[in-house]
Amino acid sequence: MTQSPIFQERANQIHRKGDNQPFELACNKESLAGAVSQRACVFCGSRVVLYPIADALHLVHGPVGCAVYTWDIRGALSSGPELHRLSFSTDLQERDVIFGGEEKLTRALRELIDRHQPNAAFVYSTCIVGIIGDNLETICRRMSEEKGIPVIPVQSEGFKGNKRAGYNAACRAMFRLVGTGDTSDISPHSINILGDFNLAGEIWIIRKYFERMGVQVVANITGDGRVSDLARAHGAALNVVQCSGATLDLAKMMKEDYGIPIERVSYFGVEDMAEALYRVANFFDDDPTILQRAKELVREELSILYPQLQELRKDLNGKKAAIYVGGAFKAFSLVKAFRLLGMDVVMVGSQTGTTEDYKELHEITDEGTIIVDDSNPLELSAFLTEKNVDIFVGGVKERPIAYKLGIGFCDHNHERKEALEGFVGMLNFAKEVHRTVTSPVWRFVPRNISPATLEE
Amino acid sequence: MTKKIARFKKTPDAYVSTTNACKLCKPMGACLAFRGIEGCVPYLHGSQGCATYMRRYTISHFREPMDIASSSLGEKHAVYGGGPNLKKGILNVIDKYGANMVGIATTCLTETIGDDLPMLLQEFHVEMKEAEVTLPILVNVSTPSYSGTHMEGFHATVRAVADQLADQQEPPTGSLPTSFVNLLPGLVSPGDIRHLKDILADFGIASVILPDISDTLDGAPQVEYQKIPPGGTPVAHIRNMGNAAATLEFGRTHILTGDTGGQLLAERFGVPHYPLGMPIGLQECDRFFEALATASNRPIPDKHQQERGRLVDAYVDGHKYISGKKAIVYGEEDLVVAMTSFLSEIGIKPVLCASGGNSGYLQEAIATATGDILSEPPLVEDNVDFYEIADKAKSLEPDLLIGNSKGFALARQLEIPIIRVGFPIHDRFGAQRILHLGYRGTQNLFDQIVNAVIAKKQTDSPVGYSYL
Ligand code: SF4
Ligand code: SF4
Repeated sequence: MTQSPIFQERANQIHRKGDNQPFELACNKESLAGAVSQRACVFCGSRVVLYPIADALHLVHGPVGCAVYTWDIRGALSSGPELHRLSFSTDLQERDVIFGGEEKLTRALRELIDRHQPNAAFVYSTCIVGIIGDNLETICRRMSEEKGIPVIPVQSEGFKGNKRAGYNAACRAMFRLVGTGDTSDISPHSINILGDFNLAGEIWIIRKYFERMGVQVVANITGDGRVSDLARAHGAALNVVQCSGATLDLAKMMKEDYGIPIERVSYFGVEDMAEALYRVANFFDDDPTILQRAKELVREELSILYPQLQELRKDLNGKKAAIYVGGAFKAFSLVKAFRLLGMDVVMVGSQTGTTEDYKELHEITDEGTIIVDDSNPLELSAFLTEKNVDIFVGGVKERPIAYKLGIGFCDHNHERKEALEGFVGMLNFAKEVHRTVTSPVWRFVPRNISPATLEE
Repeated sequence: MTKKIARFKKTPDAYVSTTNACKLCKPMGACLAFRGIEGCVPYLHGSQGCATYMRRYTISHFREPMDIASSSLGEKHAVYGGGPNLKKGILNVIDKYGANMVGIATTCLTETIGDDLPMLLQEFHVEMKEAEVTLPILVNVSTPSYSGTHMEGFHATVRAVADQLADQQEPPTGSLPTSFVNLLPGLVSPGDIRHLKDILADFGIASVILPDISDTLDGAPQVEYQKIPPGGTPVAHIRNMGNAAATLEFGRTHILTGDTGGQLLAERFGVPHYPLGMPIGLQECDRFFEALATASNRPIPDKHQQERGRLVDAYVDGHKYISGKKAIVYGEEDLVVAMTSFLSEIGIKPVLCASGGNSGYLQEAIATATGDILSEPPLVEDNVDFYEIADKAKSLEPDLLIGNSKGFALARQLEIPIIRVGFPIHDRFGAQRILHLGYRGTQNLFDQIVNAVIAKKQTDSPVGYSYL
């Protein structure tokens, strides 16, 4: 590449660890126009978080695209109803935009609620609704009264920030449900699982761990989620929050109003998974058997997992990995997971990390690692080439970047179809990494037969 | 040509809401079309989300990088206008991508806040001239999704490109001989475009294919990331389109709108216009090959005669497996028309022809394309979603679904096979290479359909026949 792929205005959003400078990274900025950011929008953030609530109606108020692009896109599994897998839209037409979409929204809601009998409805506003100024609040209130179910507006106009703002809008929407249900049968050793979306059935794995420890799970927020569980979530003793941003705001609101403490955890990788279980067990220290069971569980799982990991590690030792994910929290776990596989992380970045997130990333990574916020294909491809990585971890938009350059890839975003959480998830992850890194196909791509590589 | 009459929902009992839309949004079509032009970066004037969603969507179908730039408008731009970010974004694209052309499409947001794209770009040209900055070619198209689908966005873009670039003044350039034809194929697969190129070459016809996604959306791995993938219709060729001997344009509903790129070239430069159906099935292929024979003044090459012969032979060999089977066809209007015409030829009964598009010409185009083969006209529904298709399917008892991936849930529910054609296909591998067009493409589809029916029969049979 003849010219630097890095936009001058983005220079302070990229850092190379080394030479003991104080670490500073700009983040939480609007994406640069023309830079082909990998980021989506506020609406996307809300949709990600709320979508797995399976017995609610999710109506996207706007022109058709916003709804169509998010139709069953993430494969969040449900053990019962599957209303969330349908894509509902008001499909605004020209005359709605001119005369306002309120009437159409009212009629659409009435039609869909009658047809599907959901336990609640979420109404997402998109950019255009923000502009034409439809009053979602009033329409939803009226519809609630008419139909006798909660109808909740989600203020998710795409342009009003980034994904993170969408998480907040989703949390505010969910908080309206919390506190409306009966909590009388909830055990004192109970938790809500926040920030897991049951991709490939992951929340079922995690729930089972907690149940094996003797801890009751009140609400899944939001994977395999139910409206009635959210309504009584305030009865739980503890909120266990995964992921850096998605549901933390809800936990904070619940802490403020209901005094429920928060534990932040991750279920990716052996260390973090075990740590998550121990933290919850330690929280319930009035019953030492919980910790005892947690320890047994971890021991049991590891005795199955470790020999298999050792086997895979043989081929992976010393290979180089790059990470670019939505939330930075996931990146922490991935750095550790790669270390467990004997691999080096040479680049790590996220779409929506905060200052604290990046500080922590800086602490846990090795010298020379590139740390980047809100990146784009030009930068990412340049980093991958420069670092000569063996595997890139990201989402659908990152995949072709890796493949075009002849680099292995692991899908670790909301669209993955393989469970990567928990101990069994670590094994799946290791297997997937192994499958791609050791595939013979890389022999045939230009990268590996280029003289530069041969000389190395 | 009749101008289309504005149509809203047809029947009074039609649904207000849309469930599982059978269409995508307008700028998506624009991005795909721009991607087929050499050196062009698609650019959406709007907020970041739209561009990212469309990238994701395209990538899952083509499995290729798809860089779509965006003016990344935030709240203040939505209030005060997106002009400054539009310009800043374009400069950034030029700087980093070295684009030869930036294809700018509006989104719902920028249409609604009233950003006047042509005016903003004019202003920009003046400003940059003063600053002595050379701009690449900027083509713009208006694509608010609240008035049309991705297909309308695609066609509007082809037309806008022809409108803003084509000329008659410029002499043909080195790589384009003096005699050539324009081919406007519509949204087909990269594999289809490659096949079309071969066919044209076999006739010895030089051509300008607009757009040409054969390489840009199906390319080889590279040592370095290709900021702009190689391939696409050369801009110099587009500039020359007014000098063509003829324009061949696919799409029977599209042509009825009276508003196509080919029609523009005919009106403005007098380029003879050959409107054709998408060449799927014998009859539509025959028309296409005859048009090529006329344009080149050559007989149909032997190779293709033979392919045609083999196809007819296959029709005969396979007819009993499929005769009388019922199919639901859905997707983009022109594809639905072509598939329906093909199905009617092979004895499959199209029981429902459905599209999320709303040109108003679907019924008419189907009637023309199927001619007198069908004993009764199929049920035709435009402006529908998958909820309505599923609703109708209950009583129609189809044996097959033919359309994009989005019908999978319905096929699963009905326990019938689905033949995947068109866009988007993201639950199967190789979407970019599916061959739909020509005798060869028809052969491919025919074999698939027959085999799907055989497989179903074999699976359902209690015996498990090894010979069928
Ligand atoms: S706002 Fe319009 S352009 Fe953007 S995704 Fe939605 S429908 Fe498409
Ligand atoms: S219109 Fe707004 S809400 Fe919809 S996808 Fe685009 S940015 Fe997101």
